[in-house]
Amino acid sequence: MLSNELSEQVQSVDVLVVGAGPAGMAAAIAAREAGVESLLVLEREAHMGGILRQCIHNGFGLHRFKEELTGPEYAQRDIDRVNELGIEVRCGTTVLSIDENRFVTAISKEKGVQLFQAGAIVLAMGCRERPRGALGTPGTRCAGVYSAGTAQKFVNLEGYMPGKRVVILGSGDIGLIMARRMTLQGAKVLACVEIMPYSGGLNRNIVQCLEDYDIPLLLSHTVVDIQGKDRLSGVTVAKVDEKRNPIPGTEQHFDCDTLLLSVGLIPENELTRQAGVTMSATTQGAVVDDRLQTSREGIFACGNVLHVHDLVDFVSAESFRAGRAAADYVQGKNREGRYVSMQDGNGVRGVVPQQLLVPEGEAEPVQVMFRPAGVYENATVVVRDGDQEILRRRKRIFTPGEMAELTLKPDMIRSIEGDTVTVEIIV
Amino acid sequence: MKKIIVIGGGVIGCAVARELSRYEAEIILLEGGVDVAEGASKANSAIVHAGFDAKPGTMKAKLNVEGVKMYPRLCAEVGAPYGQPGAMVLAFTPEERPTIEKLYEQGIQNGVEQLRIIERDEILALEPNTNPDVECALLAPTSGLTCPYELTYALADHAAVNGVNFVMNARVNGIRKDGEGFVLATEKGEMHAELVVNCAGMGSGELHNQLSSRKVRLIPRKGEYYLLDHELPLLFTRTMFQCPSKMGKGVLVSPTLHGNTILGPTAEDIDDATDVSTTREALALVNERSRMTWPGLTLRNVITTFAGIRAHEENGDFIIGAVEGCPGAYETVGVESPGLSSAPAIAEMLAGQIAGENALPLKPEWKPAPVRKKPFYAMSLEERVEAVKEDANYGALVCRCEQVTEAEIRAAIRRPVGATTIDGVKRRTRAGMGRCQGGFCSPRVLEILAEELGIDPTQVTKGGGKSNLLVSTIAQAMGKEDA
Repeated sequence: MLSNELSEQVQSVDVLVVGAGPAGMAAAIAAREAGVESLLVLEREAHMGGILRQCIHNGFGLHRFKEELTGPEYAQRDIDRVNELGIEVRCGTTVLSIDENRFVTAISKEKGVQLFQAGAIVLAMGCRERPRGALGTPGTRCAGVYSAGTAQKFVNLEGYMPGKRVVILGSGDIGLIMARRMTLQGAKVLACVEIMPYSGGLNRNIVQCLEDYDIPLLLSHTVVDIQGKDRLSGVTVAKVDEKRNPIPGTEQHFDCDTLLLSVGLIPENELTRQAGVTMSATTQGAVVDDRLQTSREGIFACGNVLHVHDLVDFVSAESFRAGRAAADYVQGKNREGRYVSMQDGNGVRGVVPQQLLVPEGEAEPVQVMFRPAGVYENATVVVRDGDQEILRRRKRIFTPGEMAELTLKPDMIRSIEGDTVTVEIIV
Repeated sequence: MKKIIVIGGGVIGCAVARELSRYEAEIILLEGGVDVAEGASKANSAIVHAGFDAKPGTMKAKLNVEGVKMYPRLCAEVGAPYGQPGAMVLAFTPEERPTIEKLYEQGIQNGVEQLRIIERDEILALEPNTNPDVECALLAPTSGLTCPYELTYALADHAAVNGVNFVMNARVNGIRKDGEGFVLATEKGEMHAELVVNCAGMGSGELHNQLSSRKVRLIPRKGEYYLLDHELPLLFTRTMFQCPSKMGKGVLVSPTLHGNTILGPTAEDIDDATDVSTTREALALVNERSRMTWPGLTLRNVITTFAGIRAHEENGDFIIGAVEGCPGAYETVGVESPGLSSAPAIAEMLAGQIAGENALPLKPEWKPAPVRKKPFYAMSLEERVEAVKEDANYGALVCRCEQVTEAEIRAAIRRPVGATTIDGVKRRTRAGMGRCQGGFCSPRVLEILAEELGIDPTQVTKGGGKSNLLVSTIAQAMGKEDA
């Protein structure tokens, strides 16, 4: 219960967006374009743009803008649009709590504690990097071990070099990008070490960031020891077997002062859990329906907080939909119909959305995304309603490093009779 | 005024310095590391042991039981965390039952209160996640928890406001008697004192041997741990021990006062007392042994692993008091577990002895410990509203995972014995202790440290020495010094 004094300070907002990275900005733009006047975006950093601000390499926007932009350039287009639409964004403001009734508390230096009652909330907090601790890699706890994104922040935003001789563990995209970045800034990148037999990053990044600079990619290898008293002095790398256990006798040593970790991204869902939203163990994000609404009415999620994307273009596309859906919600544009659940079949991990509305009236196309569970060449993705096949598409290659997507057309959705739709990959 | 040098800024050295600061004396505490609580005091199980483990009649038994009784008040006085969730020692086979009975008997002899042997059903009712194959257990309701480094910082602050001068990076490499006093060869040059108190943890054996003809041998005993995120609800509310062996109390599963679960430690005698690296084998052992207590364990919530070194004395008891045959020298040697539990009693006893033997008068006024604000993460909404009104820096969340604000980070650096490193900030505020392990906040913490300490960002270290986080500016790396 709030004291009377605090109750008087509660502001009503129709749509409140948490985060002003690419997801939050797109959701806010879509909500405003759909006519939501009372709209507020809260951003904990001092600037809009999220992690794009430190992604100064190019390759962003090919799908959305049909041109290659740097991260800051991509972000700027949305920032300009947010400003053009006069959307209120409070930077330097951290959301502290969200409850199931969409009561939100936030704090900033300028305005202190702020309280909101939101008609709808769009969660767009993004994701964080998996740290060393989560890997349980043995060794010392010296300086010189950074997540790739932290190193990227030091180099690109702060103007400092975190090290000179570098080994990269994990071949996620940020690690690959940092291999090139560190090389260009005068560091020597000795190897990129990946425990899986395939890379977790985009193929174009392997070519442009490793191969172009003769940086070896050691697949089915991992770091088994971290050495150094104060600062990192070296790492031991070994080959792993099919169960990812190190194979004795395959150890090789690298003298290095820096180990960058690019071993996975985890959606940042503390607030989501607080709000009592049902979570998916597979995506580590909320369970959502085809309008990106979570299990809590009026709370939507999009972008990397929902599931980790490879391309910002898809984050934006998804978030426009979430913003529009939040607008529909506060404008009372409800849909009637019945929900069916979407499930992961063979070779498929983390289908989003997990719930699909089969509407009574007109259906709209629904974009479905998932991650292949392994590398499958010349394989076919099949969507089934019970035994009934509703979509089949062949692809030259599926890899876990690249999110797969397909679109369910209105007639396909209307044809669904059962209560479970399964997505699977057939080799 | 007598000049006293306390060697070592672990929990024992800081507790002793604090007790000594009640008396009229010039007190200097020399710490080899960059900060206090850099050795065993930063890496242990954080348990305030009830006192049934130690053999009756030993120093360990006496000081443990006395220490435990002092804990609640001491922690309240200095502003350190303390809780008393209780503990169990589990037996999994009928063969282990006599061990439980022996611990019970020992506990009674040592004066531990409320001990009970309980059977399977009661164990599972009290701690439902326990291995159902459990046979019986010793229940020790007086077993407590603290946070060993937070306690050390609080003791150090209290000592400092009462005049103790803390000198870091001042490892004592040698010590000798010189007339009435002592000459110490330190990393900061030669120092003199009339009285010395050797609380050098793992280093205390060597210093003892330089002062005494009765030699001791300390064996570094390494223990490795897993720490699980507090996102995982606590599955055990008590500290769950297994039956002890000659290497120690075995692997425990315990809550921490911050809501994390800790698993460990292993016990391995090693040669290099500075080797706090973790190993695949030991961590696998922690995992395996912990499963014995908690079959449902998954390592998915692990946020970090670490190792600590206990200073095991080969005869197995604490050596505390005046150094034999060396007037003016005092020591605490071989303080392994239950050293943390005994710390308050060790300090009180030793400081009393030093004051008595050297006729140190009590100060007319002993200042109370500085009052620190409640951490932001523990504040109510109303308290947060007030805090940020008073200091706008409470409005800037630096560590997302643990909800640590800029105000608290600056305060940690400005404490009487303040943080000077990333790790020092982390252990004082919890910034970087969460599930992202500093990924997001360390660049900002580094910036604040540089600003508060008036140093260049490249000079900021993780934990002292050459543990700098940044090697150069980009311009320097590109060979453009002036750019």
